Amino acid sequence: MKLNGAEIVLECLLEQGVDTVFGYPGGSVLNLYDALYKYSDKIRHVLTAHEQGAAHAADGYARSSGKVGVVIATSGPGATNLVTGIATAYMDSIPVVAITGNVPVNLLGLDSFQEIDITGVTMPVTKHNFIVKNIEDLADTIREAFLIANTGRKGPVLIDIPKDITVKETEYVKKVIEPVSNYYADITSDQIKEVVDLIENSQRPLIYAGGGVIASEAYESLKEFVEKIDAPVSSSLMGQGSFDNTDDRYIGMLGMHGTVTSAYAVTECDLFIGLGTRFSDRVICDIKSFAPNAKIVHIDIDPAEVNKNIKVDLQLLGDVKCILDILNKEIKPKNNKEWLDKVYSWKKEYPLKMVEEDDEMVTPQYVLETLNELAGEKAIITTEVGQHQMWTAQYYKFKYPRTFISSGGLGTMGFGLGASLGAQVANPDKRVINVAGDGSFHMNCNELVTAYKQQIPIIELLFNNNVLGMVRQWQRLFYGKRFSQTTLDRDTDYVKLAEAYNVRGYRITKKSEVRDVLTKALSENTPALIECVIDRDINVLPMIPAGGSINKPIVNIDI
Amino acid sequence: MEKKRILSILVKNESGVLPRIGGLFARRGYNIDSIAAAKTENPKITRMTIVATGDKSTLEQIEKQLLKLYDVLELKVLDNENSVSREHVMLIAGNSEETRANLIQVANLFHANILNVTEESLMLELTGKPTKIDSFIKLVEPFGIIKLARSGLTALEKR
Repeated sequence: MKLNGAEIVLECLLEQGVDTVFGYPGGSVLNLYDALYKYSDKIRHVLTAHEQGAAHAADGYARSSGKVGVVIATSGPGATNLVTGIATAYMDSIPVVAITGNVPVNLLGLDSFQEIDITGVTMPVTKHNFIVKNIEDLADTIREAFLIANTGRKGPVLIDIPKDITVKETEYVKKVIEPVSNYYADITSDQIKEVVDLIENSQRPLIYAGGGVIASEAYESLKEFVEKIDAPVSSSLMGQGSFDNTDDRYIGMLGMHGTVTSAYAVTECDLFIGLGTRFSDRVICDIKSFAPNAKIVHIDIDPAEVNKNIKVDLQLLGDVKCILDILNKEIKPKNNKEWLDKVYSWKKEYPLKMVEEDDEMVTPQYVLETLNELAGEKAIITTEVGQHQMWTAQYYKFKYPRTFISSGGLGTMGFGLGASLGAQVANPDKRVINVAGDGSFHMNCNELVTAYKQQIPIIELLFNNNVLGMVRQWQRLFYGKRFSQTTLDRDTDYVKLAEAYNVRGYRITKKSEVRDVLTKALSENTPALIECVIDRDINVLPMIPAGGSINKPIVNIDI
Repeated sequence: MEKKRILSILVKNESGVLPRIGGLFARRGYNIDSIAAAKTENPKITRMTIVATGDKSTLEQIEKQLLKLYDVLELKVLDNENSVSREHVMLIAGNSEETRANLIQVANLFHANILNVTEESLMLELTGKPTKIDSFIKLVEPFGIIKLARSGLTALEKR
């Protein structure tokens, strides 16, 4: 069948099972949008306010569903507006395919109107990228892009398509796409024996789950593994939800804003098993004091992550789920009661506690715990970046994978609202709540219009402390309380702003209002914005300063 | 301890491959001593010989990160045992008629070719192991080197 390039793009998306794309039209993608018009019964296009919002939405769609997120933008500024979104997905290994238009092939390289070398720009932030200069290559390039995004360690792929390629016609033959299987292990029986021996001889094992556990859908396998070896479980920010946070064995996050229990457990453990993780500097802190008494086992799909940030004693390369399934067959159930009792005593002694609660003051802890109670374990929580992000990770009890969505590696303020839109589109039956701070909110609040116009009933839960809280916290600790450019006090009327976008707005200033407002917003199937006014001097604790010893968390900061 | 490593890689012969590899070295702060590339007997494939310097873990990372690039098809670490390596140099040297005879003597000693002669200078070329090229340049230096171009190392694994 003879089709033009734009139609081939959409046919290839259909081959991949894509039924939703996020994007923004423009000159170079006119033909693509003309085809989308024709295919509107098969592919839903979600129009955002800004290309960055579309990129984050595609990312949130992917994180919450496990499918590939697709975003479309025009050439030049449309394409460059995607860059932060693509980089966010890249740092967190999220499968996204970005399709950009470009000027016609004969105008490439001439500084033509809205021309940008987007493959050059995105080279360091994509797994791979393509520019299609020949219509005959178009279909296979799109298929290859999806394959790359989904294979091994996942990540974003960009395809740049000059305008004339979308007009030209060629023969299109539909292909049946085999689902990508990453279920493999590149390990020997000796390695299996070695790790089984290590586990059997260990008295104080600690399991540390990263985002790779979620990417490989290893939730059940991890649960079985934990029960078998009877070990406490800590997680990275990206690993939140990979293990039931309400399980006794779960001890909270590890690293800069991890729990004291995790900090002590990593210090005292004799076997540290890192699953699907890259040992970020935010987790290791000071390399010398990290797991000083332990053998370190690293299980990951990306060989380049092994021995990159930390030297490990044993590496098992492959899909986390596949390797756990192998180990679960080999390991005899263990009992580490003595060690777990010790861990539980730390848990009791050092609970996460923000400030002394009183009757009137709205604290993030109270709001998040109430939200947790009302929205429940099936809700999807997205976040922006900053204090509110850490509080959410600390106080919300995530029970299932893909229920916590946050920019971990890049730390992108302005990520959450777009991501929540994507997550809600992918999960129409679930409640999606984006937890934000006032700093992050102001970066991309334009996407409230998308929530209204596209009828995406997300709830924006905005903690307003009128400051850039996380930076302020660092300024308090390390810069002599010189709060340079972090006191915002912008006097924004958030309720009015929400209403201007046709989104219902609520304002909470007293603790007694929290439950009622949350209940009301959750009961309505429309977008809402809830502003919670909080104190500007609440800190994220515990905290290990960058490069500090993990066994010496700060648990108190004088204001 | 810093070490040199010769990497022979096969990459797709497509535009954008060189910036991908150069960009990888630049953004991760890897040291690149030389890079030599041209297409192979298969026009779709280019062979690149990269000489990199770094400590053990950096060199390990360089290999792993290169292999993650989608355009890199194969990577081999080469050494004196398993491969033969060569470099090519072209240079213009000499500053006077009096020294020319001595310069020709040096060239002959190394079996270097004389490519061009002017009243004051000679253009010479030599192919050999990098150490040989180094000593050739050292001996030519006193005659005054006006211009010099080294190809960078290229190497091939023995069968």
